Amino acid sequence: MTGTHLGMPAFPAAAPAFPAAAREAVRDEGLRANLRHATHTIRDKRRRAVAELEDWDRLRAAGRAVKDHTLRHLDRYLLQLEEAVTAAGGTVHWAADADEANRIVTDLVRATGEREVVKVKSMATQEIGLNEALEAAGIAAYETDLAELIVQLGHDRPSHILVPAIHRNRAEIRDIFRAEMGGWGRAAPEPLGDDPRELAEAARLHLREKFLRAKVAVSGANFMVAETGTMVVFESEGNGRMCLTLPETLISVVGIEKVVPTFRDLEIFLQTLPRSSTAERMNPYTTMWTGLGPSRGADGDGPSAFHLVLLDNGRTDTLADEVGRQALRCIRCSACLNVCPVYERAGGHAYGSVYPGPIGAILSPQLRGTGSAIDASLPYASTLCGACYEVCPVAIDIPEVLVHLRERVAQGGPVTRGGVRVTLRPADGHTAERAAMRAARLLLDRPGALRAAERLLARARRLAPRRLPGAGRAWTDSRELPTVPAESFRDWWARERSDPR
Amino acid sequence: MSSKDRILGRIRRALRDDAPAVEIPRDYLHVHGARTPAQRVDLLAAHLAEYRAVVHRTDEEGLPALIARLLAERGARSVLVPPGLPPHWLPAAGPIRVPDRVPDRAASTPYELDRVDSVVTGCALAVAETGTIVLDAGPDQGRRRITLVPDHHICVVRVPDQVVDSIPQALPLLDPTRPLTWISGPSATSDIELDRVEGVHGPRTLEVVLVGTQ
Repeated sequence: MTGTHLGMPAFPAAAPAFPAAAREAVRDEGLRANLRHATHTIRDKRRRAVAELEDWDRLRAAGRAVKDHTLRHLDRYLLQLEEAVTAAGGTVHWAADADEANRIVTDLVRATGEREVVKVKSMATQEIGLNEALEAAGIAAYETDLAELIVQLGHDRPSHILVPAIHRNRAEIRDIFRAEMGGWGRAAPEPLGDDPRELAEAARLHLREKFLRAKVAVSGANFMVAETGTMVVFESEGNGRMCLTLPETLISVVGIEKVVPTFRDLEIFLQTLPRSSTAERMNPYTTMWTGLGPSRGADGDGPSAFHLVLLDNGRTDTLADEVGRQALRCIRCSACLNVCPVYERAGGHAYGSVYPGPIGAILSPQLRGTGSAIDASLPYASTLCGACYEVCPVAIDIPEVLVHLRERVAQGGPVTRGGVRVTLRPADGHTAERAAMRAARLLLDRPGALRAAERLLARARRLAPRRLPGAGRAWTDSRELPTVPAESFRDWWARERSDPR
Repeated sequence: MSSKDRILGRIRRALRDDAPAVEIPRDYLHVHGARTPAQRVDLLAAHLAEYRAVVHRTDEEGLPALIARLLAERGARSVLVPPGLPPHWLPAAGPIRVPDRVPDRAASTPYELDRVDSVVTGCALAVAETGTIVLDAGPDQGRRRITLVPDHHICVVRVPDQVVDSIPQALPLLDPTRPLTWISGPSATSDIELDRVEGVHGPRTLEVVLVGTQ
């Protein structure tokens, strides 16, 4: 092994605000082509998969209700879950924030004496920067999902919840495999073409040696069942099954919002999650396990030690917001990303978080607070077209939360941070918006003034700048200024209506 | 204060608002369409095939010869066998060369499993609407890993007895305390330009044998 950087580069805390990051991405023709191809392919497939179920709306309403009900009684269900997992031979740990979760996992890995772990794709462990924390402790964390492997080998960041390497095309992936695989273990076969089949085979060979020797695995979970203590992981490749069954020690880091009350509740999500995410009737593999199983791992079927780390990291703060808490219903299907016109053009990296797209725009500023430039800008990273709400299998009203968060950013107000109720000051950099809104109110309240302004604008249209001066510059930094029409709508209406036909 | 107490305290403070209780509507369908047992089996076969599983049909009598043929076509020299697999499923001898039987043992290392060519198992049940086979580590299915590491999995489904229509029908028949593996077609990925490729880490070939009165 070489001294290759093994961690997945985390999103920097001082990421540029969304408009600046998006401007770069929008200029990248290759990125836009990759994204457009991918999102349009999957959104059409999804539509067909959903249309197969005549009761889709009822499943959606039921999924929403199960999650809302669970959130209303989250304390009770987490305690029930802990009891069930413990009774089945597992150990439950509680982590209030990312640092605590990373410390718990690092200590658990150290206690095994191992220096490497295999990982199942997990949003929670990315959110807390677990790979970097393990690396700092001298532990190599190998991502085993093909897309995550591409991101990790490419020293890149994920740009999509389901397909983290969606921004890469096959030629780029081949180049990454050829350049990087040898430094991490088994090198890519030579010659290596860019056919997806060949690339998948290279990943199979590279990762199999890791699966076969791994003693410790780290995963997340899609669902946790309170009544039985059952953990559920949906996947396609089999890398999940490898990690969940071959190693001796399994550590699962899971957000507290992933709990559902009963085993029966899975009948809803087993129908809605695959169709919403990969647009399939069912994903190839789903693994469900309960602690160490009936024989407590004594028969060698699965790990002999199971640890569940329950992660808060801003979730209870999100729960405290009566409008914003619906973001905790999210089952990470990524359907909202694939239909979003902003995501399609800006790409996932512009969101400065492991949660990109519409759900990221409401989740990141709630989990992290709106203190940074990127988090304060995320509620504005949307056209409010509502397509995300339409496709959401748990009916999260993303536009409603976006507007709510915009108001919070611009006006300030009471929020909960770290479990403490504080009053947020209006964010810097939004003075222009506030000024514009005041000006708009002034004009809209005075029809005469508005008419005069419109006429003046129409006449001066050839003089209109491409960018606004002064306080308006920030607004046009990230937007093309619309072309001013030759006549105002009022004038057009008056002319059309007075025309005797 | 422990982190557990801290988190539970935050949750309780967060929920002080008097939002109304949430009723869970269960008016979604229990099954999508009315089918005869034969239609249910046909739908299972069609959905399995759509996700690139290879589907075969035979009766009890024809089963050993079919399995022997599938193993021979694969060129399998060794086959993994769960402890409770009905002995007559695998021919002891015959015109076709019989591969070496490897027992499913807790002591087997992953490296040993990796050297095995094929595995033959039964299943707990199958779901027609989604084209899914569920394994629950029963005696005829063995440990989870034996259907994962070898590259060729032959799974026998008794039809129509083991086939249900839908996911809501399947869950009450399963024991959540047992390890459950839901399989819908062979291993696959869509991570490269969303092109679906079968066969990444799990078995590249899944052959499903539907055994019943033909």
